[in-house]
Amino acid sequence: MAEKKFTKEHEWIEKSDQIIIIGITEFAQDQLGDIVSIELPQVASSFKQNDVMAIIDSVKASSDIYCPIDGEIIEINEKLLEHPELINQSPYNEGWIVKIKPNNTEQIDSLLSKEQYDELVGQSKE
Amino acid sequence: MRSPFFKNHLELKAKMVDFHGWEMPLQYSGIIDEHKNVRESVGLFDVSHMGRFKIKGEAESQIQHLITNDISKIGDKQSIYSPMCNENGGIIDDVIVNRINSNEFVIVVNSSNIKKDLNWITKNVKSCEIQNVTEDYALLALQGPKAENVLKDAGVEQIENLKTFHLLEAKLYDVDCIISRTGYTGEDGFELFFDSKQVQVWEKLLGTGTKYGIKPIGLGARDTLRLEAGLMLYGNDIDETITPLEAPLKWTVKFETEFIGKAALEQKKVERKIRGFEIIEAKRVARKDNKIYDEEKEIGIVTSGSFSPTLGKPIGYCFVPIEYSLEREIKIDIGGKFFDSKLTSTRFYKR
Repeated sequence: MAEKKFTKEHEWIEKSDQIIIIGITEFAQDQLGDIVSIELPQVASSFKQNDVMAIIDSVKASSDIYCPIDGEIIEINEKLLEHPELINQSPYNEGWIVKIKPNNTEQIDSLLSKEQYDELVGQSKE
Repeated sequence: MRSPFFKNHLELKAKMVDFHGWEMPLQYSGIIDEHKNVRESVGLFDVSHMGRFKIKGEAESQIQHLITNDISKIGDKQSIYSPMCNENGGIIDDVIVNRINSNEFVIVVNSSNIKKDLNWITKNVKSCEIQNVTEDYALLALQGPKAENVLKDAGVEQIENLKTFHLLEAKLYDVDCIISRTGYTGEDGFELFFDSKQVQVWEKLLGTGTKYGIKPIGLGARDTLRLEAGLMLYGNDIDETITPLEAPLKWTVKFETEFIGKAALEQKKVERKIRGFEIIEAKRVARKDNKIYDEEKEIGIVTSGSFSPTLGKPIGYCFVPIEYSLEREIKIDIGGKFFDSKLTSTRFYKR
């Protein structure tokens, strides 16, 4: 499996062929608590880096999910509409959110490595 | 500030949150899990952040002047819930008055209002000893259908005979305790007042309750439980700009008594009302301050919004003109999108 990259907003991405899979991190799901609904984007819609592309509601708060890089949505995880708790249970696998076709793969390089992300999360915990 | 049970919360790996200056547990196992545990068996809450004032002396008629409810309806060792209003009928706070005897009362207030209430009470209750005992006493809530079993197993005699809104002075694990049959969850349950040094009571209750599946419950589930049960939250649903008659608290206003704000409440026509709502298209959860629309027209505002673990859908309370009655369809603006919703009773859950 390809290496994951991370954003400061707690999304993760994973490149597989020409497709990017996007989800939220373990830290993010833990902070949100019980997730009860998600609003997903339309397939074929396009987003720029840092655009809000989805919204997650947990019992305690609503949270915007940002598109980590420019691209077009090619698939959404429809299972989440019925079972948003999959994001809590399996944020890196079954709880993936969307797949996009990137417009600008160079943006991937500007995202955080696992080490950088872990450091960020470690700091914000203190 | 920290409650006497701060260390216990850390040991239980609670997520802590700042609540009006108190470091309190938001959740332990998760809000939905904790919520269901209270509805199905029993949960233990630390609510030691709630303000408590002890009033000694000839206070009864003076306390009556402060509250809209009728204090003469309770005798010794009983409690009464009531709003406390200003001259305009706006709610200064909603409180529980515990009558220990004719010369001693304990008023329980919201933690956000401790200073304000103490000033107000001191200003209006003369020739009595008024003491802020918030930090001298611990306050735990034991709530749920199995709460009585836990106290029985803990050796509290006569607990089965304690009526709702009555008090019992009892030994709880050899600790002097005042037990009231009250709560903020819509379930049967108790609130336990005892010396704040007796911190072992927390662990002992969790031990005794093990066989009933007791769990510690944080403020997150406390909020969803009260929301389902139709109970107001000060600072969200009610404040000094709202009267008890606009809130679903008419039952607590007794015009046959004399109290501050009475004239205003008698004169003011009720033009808006707190109603419940549920989102029909259950894709989003509404939050406080989301706007309410009737087609294109803005008509009100969400005062509390969350997800109901019992009903499995987003619910809340909103403030709308009185002509918008139950079952009326409305729209709620959540982040610029409109969600079809309908007005309901504030009582989403009845045990």
